[in-house]
Amino acid sequence: MKMFEYMGKELFAKYGLPVPKGRMVTNPEEAAKVAAEIGGPCVVKSQVLSGKRGKAGGIKFPNTPEEAKKAAEEVLGMTIQGLPVECVLVEEKLKIDKELYMSITIDGSAKQAVMIASAFGGMDIEEQPEEHIIKKHIDPELGMHPFFARDVVRRMGIPIRSPHGQEIVKIVQVLYKICVEKDAELVEINPLVFSDDRVIAADSKVTIDDDALFRMKDLPFVDDKTPEERAAKDLGLSFVGLDGDIAVMANGAGITMGTLDTLQAFGGTPANFLDCGGGTGREATAKALEILFGLNPKAVFVNIFGGITRCDDVANAVADVYKARGNKFPVPMVIRLIGTNQDAGRAILKEIGVEAYDFMEDGARRAIELSKA
Amino acid sequence: MAIIIDENTNVLVMGITGRQASFHTKQMLAYGTKIVAGCTPGKGGVEVEGVPVYNSVREACENHRIDASVIFVPAPGTKDAAFENLEAGVPVVVIVTEGVPVYDEIQIVAYAKRKGAIVLGPNTFGIVSGGKCKIGIPPNQYFVEGNVGVVARSGTLTYEITGNLTANGLGQSTVVGMGGDRAVGLTFIDVLKMFEKDPQTKAVVLIGEIGGNNEEIAAEYIKEMTKPVVAFIAGKSAPPGKRMGHAGAIIERGKGTYKGKVEALTAAGAKVAPLPFDVPALVKEALGMK
Repeated sequence: MKMFEYMGKELFAKYGLPVPKGRMVTNPEEAAKVAAEIGGPCVVKSQVLSGKRGKAGGIKFPNTPEEAKKAAEEVLGMTIQGLPVECVLVEEKLKIDKELYMSITIDGSAKQAVMIASAFGGMDIEEQPEEHIIKKHIDPELGMHPFFARDVVRRMGIPIRSPHGQEIVKIVQVLYKICVEKDAELVEINPLVFSDDRVIAADSKVTIDDDALFRMKDLPFVDDKTPEERAAKDLGLSFVGLDGDIAVMANGAGITMGTLDTLQAFGGTPANFLDCGGGTGREATAKALEILFGLNPKAVFVNIFGGITRCDDVANAVADVYKARGNKFPVPMVIRLIGTNQDAGRAILKEIGVEAYDFMEDGARRAIELSKA
Repeated sequence: MAIIIDENTNVLVMGITGRQASFHTKQMLAYGTKIVAGCTPGKGGVEVEGVPVYNSVREACENHRIDASVIFVPAPGTKDAAFENLEAGVPVVVIVTEGVPVYDEIQIVAYAKRKGAIVLGPNTFGIVSGGKCKIGIPPNQYFVEGNVGVVARSGTLTYEITGNLTANGLGQSTVVGMGGDRAVGLTFIDVLKMFEKDPQTKAVVLIGEIGGNNEEIAAEYIKEMTKPVVAFIAGKSAPPGKRMGHAGAIIERGKGTYKGKVEALTAAGAKVAPLPFDVPALVKEALGMK
C-alpha cells in the first residue's frame, strides 16, 4: 500500500525525523491559513500516488497566503497521470544547500533489506552513475547499529563530526526502525536536504507491505487500487488491467502470466491478469468471474490446472454464474480444466453444456477465435 | 537418488487439522509420502488420516525422526510455525502459505541459514521426487519418476510444464518449488548445484518469471554446468510496474524484464522455450532423444 507524501511525513515526524513545517489541506482557504502560519515563502504540493508531479504542474511556490490560496485552487482538481488531486500539502519553502538520496527497500536476491544512499539526490536515483550510489545490506539477525549509519555517512563523503553527519547517523537508524515496525517495503527520502545546519526530509515515499496490513491497524488506509483491483483484492485475488479483449482467469501467478503470453503469441490480446489461485473457493471464484464480465470482453478464457485449487469448486462457480444469469453467459466462455478433482469438475460443466479443454493451447486458440468472431 | 527428499523422508504436517492441510495430507499419503506426524497446537492426541497429531514440533520430534516439515498455517502464524520447526532441528521446511509479510520471510530465511536448514517457500507448491515422495500441494498424477530435474518459482505453471513432460514420456528426478515471494529460502543456483551433482538428473528445466534478477544470476552458474538446461520465463506480455500476482513478479525501474532474462540464459547456453508446451521438445533434443 503506497502512502501519500503527507502521510509518510507524518509517520517520519512521529519517529522524530525532521520534516518541513506545514500540513495537508483539502481547500484553498485552509491553504492560505497554513501559509499564514508559516509566514514566508511556501510550497504547495499536489498529493497523488505518482511521481512527476512537478513536471505536471502539481507543485507551486507561493510567497504569500493569497498566492497560496490561488496555487491550491489551481492544483486541487487537477488530474496527474489519471489521478485526481484531492488534497495538497502546504509547507515551508526550504533553503536548499545540498540534496541527498536515501532509501531502504527489499533485495529479494539477497533476502535482506538494503539501504541505498547517494550524496547526489533530487533526481531519479536510476539516473545516477553507479559510483554515486551506495548500497549496503542490512543483516536481519544483526539489525541496525550506529556503525552502519556512520559507514553510510563516511561513504557519502560527509564529515562524521559535522552537524549534518550526526543528524544523518540518526536518520539512517530511524529509517530501518520504520521499515521493521511498520512493515514498509520501501521508505524513500528524495531529496534529503541540507538547509543551513538542518537536515530535512523534503519528500517521502513509503510503501507498506500489503501482506502485513493485517497487523498495521494504526496506519491510515490508502486505496491505491483500481475498482477491479480492489474488488479482486477483497476476494483475496490479484488483478491487473490490460488493454485487450479476452478476459483471463487462471490459478497461479505463473500460469496466469503464461496464459497471457500464449494468447499474445497466438495473436490474441488479453484484457487482464486475474490470478484466482491459492485454493479460492466456489463463491469467490463466481464473484471473480463477474469482475471479468464487467470488463466487457469479447471472450473469457478460464485456465485451471488444479493443485490446491479444486476443479469442482471452479466448475460449480461457473455453473452458479451461468444459472444466476438465466442459464447463459454474457460473453463466450472457454474453459480449460484439469488437475485436482477434474472428473467431478468436468461432470458439473457438462450439465450446463460446457465442454472443458485438456490443453491450454487449444483453449487459448478457441478463445482467440471467439474474440474475433 | 533425487535431491532434498526421497522415499525415506519422514514428514511432519504443520497445521494438519485445517481444511487444506488435511485434504493434502490425504493426497500426499496417496502419492506414497511417509507422513509420520502432524502438529496443531491444542489438538494433540487426535489423528488425521491415521497420522498422530501433536501439540508441538518438539513433542513430535521426541516420538519420530522428522526429516521434513510442511507448513499449512495461515500467514499471521507462519513465522512462528517456521521458527518452531527450525528450532527443533527439522532440516527441510516447506512453507506453502501465501501472503507472509516480507520482513517475516527475511527472518525465517536468515534463521534457516544459521541452522543449516533448507527452506522452500513461502508461497511454494512444495517439492516432489518423482514416484518417491511429494511434499506440498501439486496434483499427484502428473509427477512420475525420471531423469529431468525441474526448478521453479511458480506452482501451477510447474504443473503445466511437468504435465507436458510426463505426457511426453519425460519423468522427473525432483521438481523443486522455490516459492513465488521476494524473500524465499533457495535461489536457482542452490538448486542447480544440487541437480548438477545428482546422478539421477540428466537435464534441468528452469521455470522462471519476470522480476528480480534470480534468473540472471543463475545464468552465471549455468555456464559452468555439464548438464543441459531448458528454461521458460513467464511474463513476456506483462506491462512494467505491475505486480503480476507474485510479490516478486514485477518489472521495476527497467529491471527484471523478460528480454534481459532470456538474453542472459541464452548467452549461458540454456535453451529458452517460447511457450510452456515447447519445453518437452527442447528437453528431448538436449538429451539426444528424437
